[in-house]
Amino acid sequence: MRIICPHCGARDRREFTYQGDAVALERPAPDAGGAAWDDYLHNRENPAGVTRDLWYHEQGCGAWLVVTRNTVTHAVLTTDLAATVREGLA
Amino acid sequence: MADLTAKTPCAGLLPLSIGTLTLTEVDPGHMTAVAPLKGQTSALSEALKTAHGMALPAPNRATGKDGARTIWFGHAHSLLIGPAPDPSLAQYAALTDQSDAWAVVRLEGPGAADVLARLTPLDLRAPQFKRGHTARTDLMHMMASITRTGPQAFQIMVFRSMAHTLVHDLKTAIEAVTARAG
Repeated sequence: MRIICPHCGARDRREFTYQGDAVALERPAPDAGGAAWDDYLHNRENPAGVTRDLWYHEQGCGAWLVVTRNTVTHAVLTTDLAATVREGLA
Repeated sequence: MADLTAKTPCAGLLPLSIGTLTLTEVDPGHMTAVAPLKGQTSALSEALKTAHGMALPAPNRATGKDGARTIWFGHAHSLLIGPAPDPSLAQYAALTDQSDAWAVVRLEGPGAADVLARLTPLDLRAPQFKRGHTARTDLMHMMASITRTGPQAFQIMVFRSMAHTLVHDLKTAIEAVTARAG
């Protein structure tokens, strides 16, 4: 499996560390209520198909990435810098 | 006060010469991490040109030459190697002294790229990785910075604490490549 780092290009999976669902970038407001916080902290989909996760390019440039990939085919569809994605949400 | 003697990271380990390949320690001088402040990348590049005669490198690139070089060092930062950073840089970037924190070696000779092919997952042969190209990558599980400094020469950096391992792994790979060359 290879991940295309926006800085470094296609790199072997061994350079990356997996963190978890990219929902971590969408922190609810402090007063968003129990349900929103429950979803943010605990509730995760486990799709057979396309998923969006945070990966850390630890053995490379040190950037956090949002990687969209297919868990069935192992295809890596898109990668973006988490910083860019976060700015888009703001 | 104790009388302490400064030692370089690879003191007692290098230089090394096997076959046609040489591995030497580089005395880098000052090393400073330069992280541009938000929106100040172009201004920083201009200040770097004025103060040290080289632009801020694009990702995967290095600028300058032996003695005064800036290498891209990862997401949103570069490493100024050689001169002490000019105070004018501080208004555009966060500067962090990294001197003595990295082991810096130079691998040179025919087959240098073949040696690195045994240690890293990247294609560092000349058509792919030209002079002035740099990469952050994995070198036998160590976080390394590799820069091509000549047609058959690379500068390789790892954390100072890993200097022994770096020299050991490079030596083993050099011996293997040399043996195969017969």
